[in-house]
Amino acid sequence: MTALAGGKTPSARRITWIRRRRAFAGAWRDYRASTPGLIGLGVLVVIVIGSLAAPLLANHDNLDPSKTLTTPLWASPSQLSPLGTDNLGRPIWDQLVYGSRVSLLVGLAATVIAMVIGSVVGVVAGFYDGWPSAVLMRVTEWFLVIPFLPLAIVLASILGPNVRNVIIVIGITSWPGTARVIRAQVLTVKQRLYVERSRALGAADRHLMLRHIVPNVSPLILANTTLTVPIAILSETTLSFLGLGDPLRASWGRMLDEAFSNGAIGKNAWWYYLPPGIGIVLVVLAFTLVGHALEEVLDPRLRERRS
Amino acid sequence: MSPRYVSGKVLGSLGTLAFVIVFNFFLFRVVEGNPVATLFRGRNLTDAQRAAMRHQFGLDGSKLDQFWHYLVQLAHLNLGRSYETNATVLSEIGAAAWPTIWLVGISTLLSTVIGVAIGIVAAWRRGSVRDHALTSFTMTTYAMPDFWLGMLLLIVFSVLLGWFPIGGISDPTSNTTGIALLADQAYHMVLPCLTLTVAYLGEYAIVMRSSLLDTMREDYLTLARAKGLRDVLVRRRHAVPNALLPVVTLIAINFGFVLSGAIAVESIFSWPGLGHATYAAIRAPDLPMLQGLFLVFSASVIFFNLLADLAYAYLDPRVRTS
Repeated sequence: MTALAGGKTPSARRITWIRRRRAFAGAWRDYRASTPGLIGLGVLVVIVIGSLAAPLLANHDNLDPSKTLTTPLWASPSQLSPLGTDNLGRPIWDQLVYGSRVSLLVGLAATVIAMVIGSVVGVVAGFYDGWPSAVLMRVTEWFLVIPFLPLAIVLASILGPNVRNVIIVIGITSWPGTARVIRAQVLTVKQRLYVERSRALGAADRHLMLRHIVPNVSPLILANTTLTVPIAILSETTLSFLGLGDPLRASWGRMLDEAFSNGAIGKNAWWYYLPPGIGIVLVVLAFTLVGHALEEVLDPRLRERRS
Repeated sequence: MSPRYVSGKVLGSLGTLAFVIVFNFFLFRVVEGNPVATLFRGRNLTDAQRAAMRHQFGLDGSKLDQFWHYLVQLAHLNLGRSYETNATVLSEIGAAAWPTIWLVGISTLLSTVIGVAIGIVAAWRRGSVRDHALTSFTMTTYAMPDFWLGMLLLIVFSVLLGWFPIGGISDPTSNTTGIALLADQAYHMVLPCLTLTVAYLGEYAIVMRSSLLDTMREDYLTLARAKGLRDVLVRRRHAVPNALLPVVTLIAINFGFVLSGAIAVESIFSWPGLGHATYAAIRAPDLPMLQGLFLVFSASVIFFNLLADLAYAYLDPRVRTS
């Protein structure tokens, strides 16, 4: 209450901000108590900074086989530091650093698409009764039973392989789970008294949804986002491995595809097939840890269990 | 289970199947105006070849005509012919189905049993060293791309140690039959099966652990202890059966998905199942084959979803009576 003791009555906007800041500080305090969550966050920060600083860490020219004519083929890390070269003499390190950009970009962008569709469908289906809700939930259930990977494969092979299409394909196949979770939450939120009060004061549906429902489900959307990113990254990896990724931009999945199809296994070129796989495991694990830690902070039911 | 509940679920599944059939048509015909041009991009085709290709796809005539044609063919179980082998898609899928069913069936059985056991041990001694070790292990396997795990196993056990074959379903140089052939196939199945088992047990372990943690807060467990039941009996009779419910549903639903999830793993080990057929169809590209496979995968997910709903109603008395 100290923040309010300024003599003048603060504006409603200011009160809201103070309350939000407090809620955030409280959430961060709870989050800090989770060691796995902190480790995951740390790993993520390092990898994201690394991929943003890619031009400083690696040489983009080295991804072009016509510019790596002087480097040896299949060089091991002892011959060419830090990670050796592939079948075309391209250094693995440069591919790894630039590949992280594609893997992260696809994972994040596809998740944004999935979250937007999932949240809109979830909020609308939860808020309205009757046939609009029934129709939306039927469609959601249809998308839930369509096997994700074959659908993504069919879409990717029909749309053609490039980064934009891979993002679209993963985005429009990953939303139904989120829609279901959000709808369930909206169903309980809309029963609350303040929503009823607002409606009695004459608020329109749009106002109710944007001012009362969405802010209340947004923590859930956040937790779902961090749990969807790793799934999207794994999907990108699998699509790229099946040859449906962008042939011009190397992602970690594409590196694994090339390592496998160019015989890195027979040559036992561990410096080729290990780094991209370890990168994927680290990123996916980090996002999962952050997601679970967030869930525990934001879901009161789980918080109870922890104590 | 009331007959009304069962018939409702069955009708719902049939509705979903109808949606998938319609969706399957539009996916291949409408998403991109001209699949022939997309699939054969960069290859020289004469106009006559293009027209023949369009006819073969059933792409001539209006969209409505095409849709009707597609439904009639489907009713006759005609999924078209594969471009690669010129055999019917149905016979190709039929041949590839058994290796996948064996592989996925056995690995699902193993991963559920092991995963559930890990989940029970981890949850019952929550916070112990054993819990931390097991949870770290399952989280890591859950984070691995399944085909990368397959590559690692292939390198260690086939290339370096030479214990298992590199791939395939049987030794092509020997022409054994009967028990010897079966043993050879089992020997070839060890690595792909191990890959799928380890790749999927993480999910079961995580779900079982969290479900059991929820159950352990229930009053009836306190009561069971207060009655003087030993810890083992409390766990076996009261906690685990209740905690298993969500896992049972997950198993049934996943089984449908694993059929298609094995695509990359089957390709790594050249296991001649549905996944490998999908991989080959993408690389070819073999459109009728892809379309048929997509239908089979979707239908299997719908079927196992129905099974999951019915199993849930049978196992959970709250659903059974309502």
